[in-house]
Amino acid sequence: MARRMFSAAGDHIESRQPVTVSRYRGFTRVNHWVTAASLIALLLSGLALFHPSLYFLTGLFGGGQATRWLHPFVGVLLFFSFLLLFLQMWRLNLPRPEDRTWVSQIGDVVRGDEEKLPELGKYNAGQKFVFWAMTVLILVLIVTGVMIWEQFFGNLVSIQVRRWAVLIHSVSAVAIILTFILHVYAAFWTRGTLRAMTRGSVTGGWAWRHHRKWLREVAGRREGGPAE
Amino acid sequence: MTTDPNLDSPRTAVSNPPVQPTRANLGPGDLIRSSATPDLPPPTRQLTPVAKLIDVSKCIGCKACQSACAEWNDTYPEVEENVGIYENPHDLTPDMFTLMRFSEYENPQTGDFEWLIRKDGCMHCADPGCLKACPAPGAIVQYSNGIVDFIHENCIGCGYCVTGCPFDIPRISKTDHLAYKCTLCSDRVAVGQGPACAKACPTQAIVFGTKEDMLAHAETRVEDLKSRGYDNAGIYDPQGVGGAHVFYVLHHADQPALYSGLPEEPRISSVVEGWKGPTKALGLAAIGVAAVGSVLHGLMTRANKVSAEDETQAEQLVEGREPPLRPETEV
Repeated sequence: MARRMFSAAGDHIESRQPVTVSRYRGFTRVNHWVTAASLIALLLSGLALFHPSLYFLTGLFGGGQATRWLHPFVGVLLFFSFLLLFLQMWRLNLPRPEDRTWVSQIGDVVRGDEEKLPELGKYNAGQKFVFWAMTVLILVLIVTGVMIWEQFFGNLVSIQVRRWAVLIHSVSAVAIILTFILHVYAAFWTRGTLRAMTRGSVTGGWAWRHHRKWLREVAGRREGGPAE
Repeated sequence: MTTDPNLDSPRTAVSNPPVQPTRANLGPGDLIRSSATPDLPPPTRQLTPVAKLIDVSKCIGCKACQSACAEWNDTYPEVEENVGIYENPHDLTPDMFTLMRFSEYENPQTGDFEWLIRKDGCMHCADPGCLKACPAPGAIVQYSNGIVDFIHENCIGCGYCVTGCPFDIPRISKTDHLAYKCTLCSDRVAVGQGPACAKACPTQAIVFGTKEDMLAHAETRVEDLKSRGYDNAGIYDPQGVGGAHVFYVLHHADQPALYSGLPEEPRISSVVEGWKGPTKALGLAAIGVAAVGSVLHGLMTRANKVSAEDETQAEQLVEGREPPLRPETEV
């Protein structure tokens, strides 16, 4: 089996004329959207309890009591769905030397001058940042969230610890919402990205432009792919 | 003594209820604070501040106050196991809004054994931490007479009031998921009667009236205690929470912790202040700026598009006619 450094096992050339490259299989995409839907539900219900001007958002969930009840359960769902994404993706999100160059030339990134940037594997430093920020913040949020889960864990920690937990929970929530905005914005701004999470594939041109090392490795693997 | 129906709040708890019909006089126009309601209209009048004074030195530990509280509020605290102490239940619960706490103290100065009994319950802080922490509009209110009350139809059961309270008072029910605590019998005060506990107290260790009268009365009690050798007798009316509408006369006011851990200098935790202050305001602002900014940036700047040239290069690569690597690239 060919050496894999920049691609995942399932990534393969889907068609040659025109070139499309499979990036995420069906299960990963469904799981991604479960995570996304959970995160959106969590941010709406969480913001409703975070600021009085947004309390009206509890109406989306059937009122204040229902929002209070639902939010932590959705949090647990998100934790486990993200855990699967983490197990699938962590290896390709480890930092590499070219990430440093990519970050130092962030101006070229924003201008879209990618020919001036090093060739990249499946993820660029920005995507890796989103991945690790989500990982750390979700961990912090689930731990502090359980500490303030009155319904089942009201006596788990002392009140002073609970005060810190609720403060850290809200600061982390703000941070994860900012990360979420960055993630969505980058996916829209870099045209041709969204289809990786809808249809599962990207065009060859997209792969050539943004993730050339990934494309080289996937194309270098002969027809049969993992079955060879 | 009877209650004058023309007074805005009762002056004592010992009088019998008025015989003439009385309109409830604690209404929406009497609110000075309401949780998660920044634009609360100012109150239409100012009620006379009221207070309950608990003179610990007069308490005989009979628990009449606890019984009266459960009876008036129609709660049925669970009968717990006797573990060899007098506290029953063992802590405040959603069904027990007030609790006699018993501590045994051997006074090192006198060598005397002292039984310090304190009636625990909501202090009705002038600056209530529960109200500050509460996210549900109108679930916790403060009337202009000083009473802090939970409005259960607006409560969502999140437990933030537990986090906010400096005295560990609110309890969340496991059955209806609502927060409970002493109401200072706001429903009795509204119709000219004092709180049930004060009414039931056989030694007048619990007295009720205007805050001014209660402070004056407390002063005479402190003076009396000092004349009996309690040099450190004093009033416990914590200024860190802006003063309270339930306050104590203690024989050892220099050591409030002796009385089952009454806090030394209670105030709303700075962690809670930080959460409900800068975090709330700056957090929402940051999210708003990021959301609006990214939409504007997306509309006003050029997106990163894949070119036809990129597609051609990819086709050549996949066909095996590999274009050269960029010189700086390590493989």
